[in-house]
Amino acid sequence: MISTRELTKDFVVSRTETVHAVRGISLDVEPGELVAVLGPNGAGKTTTLRMLTTLIAPTSGTAKVAGYDVAAEPGQVRRQIGYVGQGNGAGHSQRVSDELYGQGVIYGLDRRAARQRAEELLESLELKDLARRKVSELSGGQRRRLDVAMGLVHAPGLLFLDEPSTGLDPQNRANLWDHILRMREQYSMTIVLTTHYLDEADSMAERVVVVDHGEVIADDTADALKAKLAGDLLQLTIAPGNLQELARLADKLPGAKDLVAEGDRITVRVADGPAALPELITAAQHAGVPVATAQVHRPTLDDVFLNLTGRSLREADSTGKAAA
Amino acid sequence: MTTLTVSSVHLGTPEAGRRSLLRDTGIVMTRELKPVLRDPFSLLFGMIQPLIFLGLFGPLLAGSMGGSLDGGVWQWFVPAILVMTTLFGTSATGANLLFEFQTGAHERMMVTPLSRSSLLVGRALKEMVPLLGQAVIVIAVMVPFGFDLHLDGALLGLALLAVFGIGLGSFSYALAIAVRKQDWMFWVVQQTFLFPLMILSGMLLPLETGPEWMRVASKFNPLSYLVDAERALFSGDVASMAVLWGWLAALITVALGLTVGIRTMLRSAT
Repeated sequence: MISTRELTKDFVVSRTETVHAVRGISLDVEPGELVAVLGPNGAGKTTTLRMLTTLIAPTSGTAKVAGYDVAAEPGQVRRQIGYVGQGNGAGHSQRVSDELYGQGVIYGLDRRAARQRAEELLESLELKDLARRKVSELSGGQRRRLDVAMGLVHAPGLLFLDEPSTGLDPQNRANLWDHILRMREQYSMTIVLTTHYLDEADSMAERVVVVDHGEVIADDTADALKAKLAGDLLQLTIAPGNLQELARLADKLPGAKDLVAEGDRITVRVADGPAALPELITAAQHAGVPVATAQVHRPTLDDVFLNLTGRSLREADSTGKAAA
Repeated sequence: MTTLTVSSVHLGTPEAGRRSLLRDTGIVMTRELKPVLRDPFSLLFGMIQPLIFLGLFGPLLAGSMGGSLDGGVWQWFVPAILVMTTLFGTSATGANLLFEFQTGAHERMMVTPLSRSSLLVGRALKEMVPLLGQAVIVIAVMVPFGFDLHLDGALLGLALLAVFGIGLGSFSYALAIAVRKQDWMFWVVQQTFLFPLMILSGMLLPLETGPEWMRVASKFNPLSYLVDAERALFSGDVASMAVLWGWLAALITVALGLTVGIRTMLRSAT
């Protein structure tokens, strides 16, 4: 569905300063995938999306989207894809139904079909009561649903969502995602989205592409990324006894790293926490070390990012300035 | 409760995408007109200024030089007010596009298969609708006050205004695109051009009594020719040289405006 090779984008800020927003991204997305592009602000997520959607021309490299080259055949690409940008797609002075209807006409539907299509989408995105409202009168969540509806008017096989739920409260986010996932099922869409919400990438996407400083630094399922790049965190405390012995045993667990032994507590990252924990407790009993409490923490994608870059995703936001 | 019937419409098929510039332009223009049609009272916004000039400046003009103006003060001033309405309305229209740049609506249009030129031309063509609507209101208000209506000249005058308005609107959109990253620049540039153009066109006061340099400057102002042509047309003087010059000025404005506008629109994807 998408295939990019060494895609780059430079922004010339001034004679002496060029921002390398995207530095050679090669990415393949198969039909039907739901891919989240995750990274801090300024990582190049949006710039990449804008190149894939023909909004900006790549500086170098190639990208094929839905079978067409973005530089050579932008018109064909535009016909195939749906796009929900960071802003509001519907004009603020327009009426909800007018914009949906107009969007259908833009994609070549005749009047009747466009009207019917607008009706369907209003119904399925729970916007029916708002059809005659002006867009500027809608709430944030309503506007976002309208944006998604606009992106779906021509039932695209590939939908791009640029930070779809930014600025929405948790309830509206969940609601929006319900709609997106249902639509995906309905149209067997491929979805590529950018986000800086870790939990969103974690729970929604089947594949997470981590981007930092314009490069892909990791690309896998969220579970695999966590297992490979972060590992589960074991935390044990002991009743007075030999902490060093417990530390020695913990260090022998598969994939053990980041071992810290302090006071009456050790923490250690391991590849497979649920399997390692009973193993460690049994070994400790054999060695005569009394374990008092034990916990497994599954890692978050932030742990993954921290491991990859040495920075937390939350702190990394200020490092990139252009091309957020 | 939401059910989604898989729609009977043909979607995403390649043949659904045959495009023509004409159709695309029509789509963009229709979209631009919808808010005006849904809320015709919005036309009044652009009319406050011209109506104030008519009501407060007109009587002053009548008092100070009513006798010296051909055909009376309204015959001289009303055509100029129509040009003023056009000037203020269409030169500010880029602000709408600027707003859609900020909200994301323009970006959404850019991702559709609409031809890039149509995004400019459709918007520019729409300009004639509000300006004609406003012109008709101004004329209707002024006829009872003794403004003499020559229908043939008036219709030609409105057509001339429409052509000029489309051109000026294009420039306004081009400006909006050019300054989209520093939006406050839009009003700086617009105001910087607006008032010199207005005053140096002889719209409010005749330039014949002004200093030489102003009269020379007015010769380089396309708006002077437009104002002269409108005055001729609205006095029923359809076949005068002034009208010819007016059309020339309007046609050059529209040709340049559309060229600059389309090029700016095409280049805006960087």
